[in-house]
Amino acid sequence: MGKTFAEKCLGHKAAKPVTAGEVVTISPDYLLSHDNSAAIIKEFHELGIPKVKDPKKIVIVLDHIVPAAAEKYAQYHKEIREFIAEQNISNFFDIHHGICHQVFCENGFALPGKLILGADSHTTSYGAFGAFSAGIGRSELASVWATDEIWLRVPETLKVEMSGKPQKGVFAKDIILKIIGDNGAGRANYMSVEFTGPAAADFSLASRIVLANMAAEMGAKNGYFSPDDTVFTWLNKRARENYEPVYSDSDAVYESVLVYDLSEIEPQVACPHTVDNVKPVSMLDGKAFHQALIGTCTNGREEDLEVAAFILKGKKVHPSVRVLVIPASRAEYLNAMRTGILESLSEAGCVILNPGCGPCLGAHQGVLASGEIALSTANRNFRGRMGSRDSEIYLASPATVAASALEGKITDPRKYL
Amino acid sequence: MKSGRVWKYGENINTDVIFPGKYTYSVLDPEEMAGHALEDLDPDFAGSVQPGDVVVAGKNFGCGSSREQAAACLKFAGVQAVIAKSFARIFFRNAINQGLSVIKCPEAVDGISDDEKIAIDFSAGKILAGEKVFSFPPLPDSVIGLLEAGGLIPYTKKKLKGDI
Repeated sequence: MGKTFAEKCLGHKAAKPVTAGEVVTISPDYLLSHDNSAAIIKEFHELGIPKVKDPKKIVIVLDHIVPAAAEKYAQYHKEIREFIAEQNISNFFDIHHGICHQVFCENGFALPGKLILGADSHTTSYGAFGAFSAGIGRSELASVWATDEIWLRVPETLKVEMSGKPQKGVFAKDIILKIIGDNGAGRANYMSVEFTGPAAADFSLASRIVLANMAAEMGAKNGYFSPDDTVFTWLNKRARENYEPVYSDSDAVYESVLVYDLSEIEPQVACPHTVDNVKPVSMLDGKAFHQALIGTCTNGREEDLEVAAFILKGKKVHPSVRVLVIPASRAEYLNAMRTGILESLSEAGCVILNPGCGPCLGAHQGVLASGEIALSTANRNFRGRMGSRDSEIYLASPATVAASALEGKITDPRKYL
Repeated sequence: MKSGRVWKYGENINTDVIFPGKYTYSVLDPEEMAGHALEDLDPDFAGSVQPGDVVVAGKNFGCGSSREQAAACLKFAGVQAVIAKSFARIFFRNAINQGLSVIKCPEAVDGISDDEKIAIDFSAGKILAGEKVFSFPPLPDSVIGLLEAGGLIPYTKKKLKGDI
């Protein structure tokens, strides 16, 4: 009987064959944290040992509230920088680099077959590269800094088999929203999700990240794409170290298989206040909103900014809305600046913010007042997430958000493409 | 065996309504954390919750962010356990790592009402609600070890010292 990616990858780490349901205690390859490192450091100090076990495995990116928006954040950033110096942590990316998940990928840590743990739920993103990557909590990460090991249950696997070519105006975001809407926010709880089928290889790496990132919104422990030439070529000059891709066996056993013909999917929108409250954009056409956000770890890369600029170039955003644009990283920012994307977006009336998480988590750079409605390319629309508990968040693709920004109301992007 | 009142909520209770994101990078003090518990779900909760109270909810409790304060704020607010039909993965780990008991028992969730007084017998795996008794499988020894140590940090500390 064959094995899934999760069984094989965790089995390699445990140096023994394992099947779903078993618990393994293993040593991870990389450990990611961000502004929450201040809290992790506090937990680490409680352990009463002076040094982390392996500083080379630790990757810290400041991205959540950058630059520091208040004295408290500044203090925590300072404590993180001091810890990094004291512990000889070389993989540190200060406030000018961008969102941790994008920076982690750009710097060649997201590698096929690696076990990556992050104190962030969207650590699942690196499954786009064929890594096994899962989110954990703060005290758990502090403990792994100290011991270099963690127990993990080998997850069952849900297979998402995709075929067909998406229609014009339908993007990775629409596809994952459709899958989450159909199956529910808890459908993949505790599970590994493999995105497969003939259409999986057609996705760009950026689009694969969208799906793997949002696997977390189905409750998944990790998401996974089979690494192929798209991945290997991208890693050519970036990979930090050697890697060995891990693939599922053709006769692997799955919990279930979800089958999707991508050509049948239309642009989707997740409505307040859960990510699985998904409707086709046609059902929301005309819904007014106040603020648009194009960016985040889900949709702040070149293909996202490019389609937004294509729609907005030479036009003006509707006077009743404000539009925030946040490239996912400095590399993405520079690229968008050089290609004229940022110029088009700024001329259209967008506010271009520095790379980082921005207002996605409601701490700064455009929080919502009571009664306000946002249309965002982010991955979460939980009540109060972007500010007031009496605000609302709708989620959509960058194309839908850009088209909607032009009209000041939720709009099907297909007429602009 | 401690008893307490039930605070009953629905399905997919996410981390943002348990502990809002805007506080996750500024509030680290336990008491202050407790003061924001369930703020965007039930603004009355933090002011009225008593030690020993129990949060009861439907499927996928704690979905969303990895923020550990979602578990910590409930513990610091005095909640003795969360009983749910199911838990989101990271929340479940965080709760145990924080020393907060989490009980998966769909029958109890259906059979218990908001505001009811209940008691939990952890060693016997029983929830007592008036005349009603609901059973749940006792937690594995490894998890009990973590809970008894007071969470993962004290547990790892003991382990590093060679006490475990």
